[in-house]
Amino acid sequence: MLKITNIYKTFNPGTANQVKALQGVSCEVEEGSFVVIVGTNGSGKSSLLNAVAGTFIPDLGKIILDGMDITKFPEYKRAKYLGRVFQNPFTGTAPDMTIAENLTLASKRGQARGLGWAIPKSVLKEFQKRVKPLNMKLEDRLENPMGKLSGGQRQALTLLMASWQKPKLLLLDEHTAALDPKTANKVIQLTEEVVENDNLTTLMVTHSMQQAVNMGNRILMMHNGKIVYDFEGDDKKRLKVNDLLSLFDEIRRKEQIDVSTAEMLEKNYI
Amino acid sequence: MTLLIGSITIGLILSLLAIGSFISFRIFKFPDLTTEGSITLGAAIAASLIMYNVHPLIATILAFVGGFLAGGITGLLHTKFKINGLLAGILVMTALYSVNLHVMGRSNVPLLSDITLITYFEQFADFITPNIESINILGWTASEKDIYVLLFILITIILISIIIYLFFKTNLGTAMRATGDNQQMIKALGVNTNLMITLGLAISNGLIALSGAFLAQYQGFADVQMGIGMVVWGLASVIIGEALLSKKSLGLLITGAIMGSILFRLLVAIALRWGMNPNDLKIITALFVFIALIMPGILNKFKRKEIC
Repeated sequence: MLKITNIYKTFNPGTANQVKALQGVSCEVEEGSFVVIVGTNGSGKSSLLNAVAGTFIPDLGKIILDGMDITKFPEYKRAKYLGRVFQNPFTGTAPDMTIAENLTLASKRGQARGLGWAIPKSVLKEFQKRVKPLNMKLEDRLENPMGKLSGGQRQALTLLMASWQKPKLLLLDEHTAALDPKTANKVIQLTEEVVENDNLTTLMVTHSMQQAVNMGNRILMMHNGKIVYDFEGDDKKRLKVNDLLSLFDEIRRKEQIDVSTAEMLEKNYI
Repeated sequence: MTLLIGSITIGLILSLLAIGSFISFRIFKFPDLTTEGSITLGAAIAASLIMYNVHPLIATILAFVGGFLAGGITGLLHTKFKINGLLAGILVMTALYSVNLHVMGRSNVPLLSDITLITYFEQFADFITPNIESINILGWTASEKDIYVLLFILITIILISIIIYLFFKTNLGTAMRATGDNQQMIKALGVNTNLMITLGLAISNGLIALSGAFLAQYQGFADVQMGIGMVVWGLASVIIGEALLSKKSLGLLITGAIMGSILFRLLVAIALRWGMNPNDLKIITALFVFIALIMPGILNKFKRKEIC
């Protein structure tokens, strides 16, 4: 379904701000699987998602989606196959436009947009029908501007919009990180429903170990631009929050060993 | 009375400029300086073609096309070559100065004896009411021809703004508005934002050139200097319109831009009538826009103090 081969990306190469975001990431994601990506800050987990989404073109490597080489596709072109929800709840919706207009934009994802009437009367019923299950009473407020809604409501709508046209791949980039715990729970619940109903292949980046353990059927742990652990099937099911935390500890200790051995070697040989 | 009708007519003609500015400044949030070149380009194309006995309607349509291309070039400079939006506009505006001189062949083209759209409107007036030369409105006498010209321009502007309104309610138009509102979101929904920006600036400058074409025909000349200050003029009209109708829906905003343009033109006419030095016009316009731009911030500050 999704095949990522050996991708590299360095931001601001050759400057003081050089960041080696991805250093040879390879993985294969099967159709219908729900992959949770965890990792420390700066481990490259968001970069991996953005490489798939096309926010930037990788320096090296290949991204194949459903047999198509999308490595060099511009962002808007691969949007045809991808549904995306962002960390910032305000990124996924247009604030000055009405809810209905936002929905109609999403319902045409990846299609040519011609001179047809954007919101014919006939679609409003369908909009209401699909917004109603959110239980946010938004179905009667379709003509309200998006900017008047709360972050949680906007994030819920973004999720709905991302899956409106069934995407080949759903990309969730820490989409609950900016929400309060209660709203975050609601959005997570909604995410599970959406993914299950449409049997969507999903990549989700998260900071929450709880979410990582509870959701999905595979965990990728990233560190320093590489995938360091990959748990699937029963291994993933057995994994607990504490196991993940101790793995993080282990990674950190290994790193300290690296530094301290380097110092020791320095003392002895230089 | 003649002055009043004249001001309203010019205000209506310049409302196309206001709608063009509204599209670039408000819908795309793009400070487009191409305006100063494209309004002159429209006037130059229309005037020169009419001088060569091209049908004025065709000349006017070609003026729109000229502005459309100019705006498209600004869009390409900005999106394809990643040039800062202000600079892209300045480059095209500067280049257009030479283009306009070439189109006209000199710095000023008079149209006094040529057949323009205005001539057609006046002929139509004679045809409908051959015996009436002047009309009495509330005790003022007004030239019947002037009123017909005003009516025709009004109908034209209303038609064009309805087309623009409908366009921005289509799928393509909605995608354009979303591009100005949240580029990241609309990219993720599969819209080529570069194309949208380029097309939007093209439409905006097409309308502005159309405004120039009508203006040249109404005033009876095109001049290479006529674009100076037009960016601020357009912006002033948009701002007045927003103040008049408090910004809400797209339809109200477009109507506001038209009303703003007429009101602004009337204010200017009154100020000139009261003896304002015409040389001060631009600085007063600039001051006006400056105040209009900082007002919301100052009002907010006052509000905050009241709450404390």
